[in-house]
Amino acid sequence: MVNWSVILNIAKTHLLTKIKQTATAALGVTFGIGAYITLVCFMTGLNAMLDDLILNQTPHIHIYNEIEPSKNQPITLYDELKTSFNVVHSVKPKLSQKKIHNALPIMDYLNEDNKVKGAIPQIKTQIFYLAGSIELGGNLTGIHVLDEARLFNLKDYIVKGSPKALHNNDNGILIGAGIAKKMSLDIDDSVQISTIKGDVFPLKIVGIYQSGIADIDAIQSFANLKTVQRILGEAENYITDINVKLHDIEQAIPLSKKIEQQFNLTAIDIKTANAQFETGTTIRNLITYAVSITLLIVAGFGIYNILNMLIYEKMNDIAILKATGFSGKDVQLIFMSQAMIIGFVGGVLGLLIGFGLANLIDTIPFETEALPTVETYPVNLNPLFFIIGFSFAMLSTFLAGYLPSRKARKIDPVRIIRGQ
Amino acid sequence: MRSVLEAKYINKYFKKPVLFHVLKNIDFKINKGEFTSIMGKSGCGKSTLLYILSTMDTDYEGELYLNNQLITGQDSTYLSYLRNKHIGFVFQFHYLLSEFSVLENVMLPAKKLAEKGHQEIEHDAYEKLKMLNIDHLAKKRASRVSGGEKQRIAIARALINNPSIIMGDEPTGNLDSYNAENVFNIFKQLSDESGLSLLVVTHDEDFAHKTDRIIQMADGEIISNR
Repeated sequence: MVNWSVILNIAKTHLLTKIKQTATAALGVTFGIGAYITLVCFMTGLNAMLDDLILNQTPHIHIYNEIEPSKNQPITLYDELKTSFNVVHSVKPKLSQKKIHNALPIMDYLNEDNKVKGAIPQIKTQIFYLAGSIELGGNLTGIHVLDEARLFNLKDYIVKGSPKALHNNDNGILIGAGIAKKMSLDIDDSVQISTIKGDVFPLKIVGIYQSGIADIDAIQSFANLKTVQRILGEAENYITDINVKLHDIEQAIPLSKKIEQQFNLTAIDIKTANAQFETGTTIRNLITYAVSITLLIVAGFGIYNILNMLIYEKMNDIAILKATGFSGKDVQLIFMSQAMIIGFVGGVLGLLIGFGLANLIDTIPFETEALPTVETYPVNLNPLFFIIGFSFAMLSTFLAGYLPSRKARKIDPVRIIRGQ
Repeated sequence: MRSVLEAKYINKYFKKPVLFHVLKNIDFKINKGEFTSIMGKSGCGKSTLLYILSTMDTDYEGELYLNNQLITGQDSTYLSYLRNKHIGFVFQFHYLLSEFSVLENVMLPAKKLAEKGHQEIEHDAYEKLKMLNIDHLAKKRASRVSGGEKQRIAIARALINNPSIIMGDEPTGNLDSYNAENVFNIFKQLSDESGLSLLVVTHDEDFAHKTDRIIQMADGEIISNR
């Protein structure tokens, strides 16, 4: 039977009479947990931002017609040579259309799937921006601008103007920030573009687009789907790409495989297209945790040291307690509860400090050309981090308290009493 | 007469630094209400014997009975309980918990025993302090009282659970003659009036001669027991 009120009372008295040591030990934990919370909130916030930078505007599944050599060369059709070793030189890509055949029915089919949040069409084409006699190469993408804004956060990357303005203007263009700067263009100016075939069209700039990736901003522009179809002289069913956004990103791989088989198209899922982002995230998380755990281990050693010293100072007390009927277990519990109290108080303070610092970081201005939508440093205040931090505080103080308190349990009172 | 404490053929060896036979066939009995002192020169093994009798030292051969119940070989938690309930301790040095108040020091063993409520324990503690004329110190920190007072507080603590026997290891060894006399009188009074059994290890011949019974030890053996 353990008499907790007596044990906790003794632990409390020990802690309060050595308030400076207690505070030092608790501050060690506070510092460790506070640093962990701040670090992990900040790092995961940055991670999420960097991921969003790419992943937000990337479709979960991108469907298009790949220009590639035919897998079945004529010789494979000839049965007589089936068993022999054939070499075909100078294989050329198969002549096929850029547009997706039956794009509109495919989109209707995808939009009916309840896993799909939305499937929207795009037309990608190469153009030249004309500035006097200078021709600058670029990409023009025809889009359903309102759907793009809804599904792929296009609005976040429009630094001037709005998606609505493009939607309302059949001759409008959303021009990349890089190209706009090169050509000294601004909103409401007009720009001339030329198709590969040589047709020249004047378009009115209704907005400026900035993705944060300079290479893209230097070439990319957007216009309405119909505008691009008109520029290219194509029909209304001319669509080169379908972008699909899913409710659950994990479904991307199976669904993309299914689409490839079903429609004989190329479907690239987000995981394959952006594998390096996941690797980067994992490594950054690894670093965060390595640093945090180091801090907590240092704090743990602090507690271990202080409890060890406390037990040396309290040798006499331990001997008296044992002589007057406290068992070794009671004595161990007294010192364990001291460690746990230090861990609890230090841990809670650490959570508060971490929360405060994370919020402070969240208010620090962070403005950069590359990230038009970000105004302050990103912070991810996930409750899970607080639970992990607190659990770790309790675990490390438990371990740091366990060894010294076990020593206290084993102290032989006779040796202490007779030693004087 | 009913025996409180009985030692049967107790032998103890110190194994370090060399094998040494400290206690040789110690065999005696303490009856209820007896005030016994153990005398002997330094190193004759009297303190070692006391710590075996106190159940704190379990590394010995032979058998030990407390209230006619064999306690040799019991597990340490049970021995702690026995010490708590049946044995009161007074040491040469005062051994109070210096960070606690006098009252808390006295109450602690009773709180551990947890047979009574907090109020009752506090009341008992005041009674014991009053009996020893130190109730005015109750709220003081244990580190702030004088040596003689500390020893009386230690006696009050030893009495709090109404033990079967009180053991003392040179309880007056560190006190001046006035305080030593005082402590002896308290012991004598407890023995005479409350019928408490006492076993005290001492160097002090005057002290010993005033007790009911003296056990003389030399070289780990009892040489006279009257």
